[in-house]
Amino acid sequence: MAYINGIGIISPQNTLPGSGFLVTPVEHKGEFLKCIEPVYKSYIDPIASRRMSRLIKMGISAAKICLLDAGLEMPDAIITGTGLGSVEDTEKILGELTREERFLNPTPFIQSTYNTISSQIAINLRCHQYNSTYVHRCFSLESCLTDALLQIADCTAGNVLTGGIDEMTLNHLTIIRRLGLWKPGPIRNLDLWTSGMPGALAGEGAAYFIISSERTLKTYAQLTAVETLYKPGSTSDAAAAAAHFLSGNGLSPGDVDLVLMGNDGLAEHDMVCNEIIAAAFPQASRLLYKHLCGEYHTVSGFAMFLAANIIQKQQIPHALIPLSEPPGKLDHILIHNHFRNTDHSFILISR
Amino acid sequence: MPSRIFVTGSGFISGLGNNVQENLTSLLNLRSGIGPIRHIDTVLKDELAVSEVAMTNDELMRYAGLNDQSAYSRNAMLGIIAASEAFSHAHLHLHKGLRTGLISGTTVGGMDECEKYYQDFLTNDSKNRFIDIYDCADSTEKIADHLGLRGFITTISTACSSAANSIQFASRMMNAGKLDCAVAGGTEALTKFHLNGFNALKILDKKPCRPFDASRNGINLGEGAAYLVLETEEANQRTGNPVICELVGYGNACEAFHQTASSPDGTGAYLAMKKALDMSGESPDSIDYINAHGTGTDNNDLSEGRAIERLFTGKIPYVSSTKPFTGHMTSAAGSAEAIISILGLQKGIIWPNMNFSTPMPELKFSVAAKMIRDLDINLVMSNSFGFGGNNSSLIFKKYGIH
Repeated sequence: MAYINGIGIISPQNTLPGSGFLVTPVEHKGEFLKCIEPVYKSYIDPIASRRMSRLIKMGISAAKICLLDAGLEMPDAIITGTGLGSVEDTEKILGELTREERFLNPTPFIQSTYNTISSQIAINLRCHQYNSTYVHRCFSLESCLTDALLQIADCTAGNVLTGGIDEMTLNHLTIIRRLGLWKPGPIRNLDLWTSGMPGALAGEGAAYFIISSERTLKTYAQLTAVETLYKPGSTSDAAAAAAHFLSGNGLSPGDVDLVLMGNDGLAEHDMVCNEIIAAAFPQASRLLYKHLCGEYHTVSGFAMFLAANIIQKQQIPHALIPLSEPPGKLDHILIHNHFRNTDHSFILISR
Repeated sequence: MPSRIFVTGSGFISGLGNNVQENLTSLLNLRSGIGPIRHIDTVLKDELAVSEVAMTNDELMRYAGLNDQSAYSRNAMLGIIAASEAFSHAHLHLHKGLRTGLISGTTVGGMDECEKYYQDFLTNDSKNRFIDIYDCADSTEKIADHLGLRGFITTISTACSSAANSIQFASRMMNAGKLDCAVAGGTEALTKFHLNGFNALKILDKKPCRPFDASRNGINLGEGAAYLVLETEEANQRTGNPVICELVGYGNACEAFHQTASSPDGTGAYLAMKKALDMSGESPDSIDYINAHGTGTDNNDLSEGRAIERLFTGKIPYVSSTKPFTGHMTSAAGSAEAIISILGLQKGIIWPNMNFSTPMPELKFSVAAKMIRDLDINLVMSNSFGFGGNNSSLIFKKYGIH
């Protein structure tokens, strides 16, 4: 158990500092949901940022927004989760390799290594503390949170800067569309649940958090626990594991007031998400949110931003789509996420 | 009270051999794995020296007992072979009741297949079965599926310290009582992608690498995979496995200096070693051997050497880099060198820093150039440092020593 004492988020919605809490949903009509990026020179020295790719700039900026939000200068650990790292840099190298080996530009190679984001944040802050990067699909951010909670529990760290970040590119979308799981063409994001066009809607985002041992005036909510499930045998196994996760943290399924659903617009996925949550938490209110940010490996970072703010403000933005009656209280919010229904994760955020 | 962490199994495939015993035999016979490139189709083929695993992909497939209905990257196959060896070594298939985790480090992931088929991925459907194996998680999941693991799994990528951080995170989870045992380490296959990347950074030596030598001129890349089985003391009572040694310290620190260069004074290296030492509760003088990161670049060896001098102010332990044997196995280096260090601990051997002739003028100490046998070795330290200044250090102790 720990506290969420700061948030920095760059997303396809108006989530930059001073934007309020999802006052009006931002409409996108492109191939995927692209982030609304900040003015980078507010956070990164322009000379340093000139050679940085977009993902690195988003990561450093989100981390710095987060530290400012928490009023913290130096964290005790920096831990980043990313499913794919810098897709843009990786594509540059693959393109170059196809044309001509040998004369590769080293900059994209360096930036394509997954740990670049965490280490660039460390360089920016001159932070010599623990620094790590998790790169496991929908477990990427969840592994970071697990690591952060362990370091807080064993008193290795008091304040951990941790987050999830992934980017989408048109080339990458072209490739993954071949797998038949994604929307075949552009769609208005706010029509995700009604358009009838099959497939998940791709997105991207960067969300960093200060996870702390102490409650402060800045505290949004409590990060109670995190669980990852690798290939549960069936929907009922996943539901049983979700219920067990709650009891393992001294709660019963009935204590969950609200579930931020893993639904992404692909009918097969959504059916399983609905089944798991209906079986494990029949009384909880359910909300859809991926029309706001799209699907990506570290999308639970966007959900954590939602849950922490909902708990703090005791208010649910109209931009979220309810699947059931609104909750009577907002003490415990569960985030369910999955990678193509094979791997599942649960994050519990409490008041 | 955190649980003690015992090493009870190991698995290792590299240019030196396909299992721990073959690797040990090569080490004892001073046989290096470094040679010309055989398996990768690259214009650098006749220029660079690397340490490749001897088997082709087809041979690996047969050796691992896999069928090609599923798509396997070389990375995944190497990982499956080494992790299976470790798993069998500790008889974990007999202990399904234990909460066993898998924490694996990798950076290039399935890039070996992706770089072959990238144009197909962009333009047609002929190679769709390889799309999903491009990321880092794929090899970890393939290993988990092969071993039948359904507990906690994750993948770490901190470049060349990935495997050391996997061992560290596994231990943290076990210390906290979240896991009973873990298979932890890393896997990395050579790819055109990182051969060219390192080549563009101008840090590859065309000749056999010479870590800590005044004439050193860069890295020889290597490939392979290595995994340890770690058990808590309580789990060990259930498995009854003989204890190979104990993991008594780990440290992770960041240089926060430059994306690809180490600081001249080795701050990150110093902090990582110091954290590990503090955790172990041992004095610097009690460390018998350091398996250095020792890549053979100008920058790393100077920075690491200075950090060693700064931490070990009294007696400097025996120091060697075993990268002239294995090549730089990047994401697998941390666990590969942990196993090499542990073999030295068990056999009372200080592994030689091969290809060494002239000490670095900047350093007061010199590395162990020749193999030293019949020593009483109780504590060994293994260093792994990555791009981005992701530095980690592990300390292993002979079991039963107080």
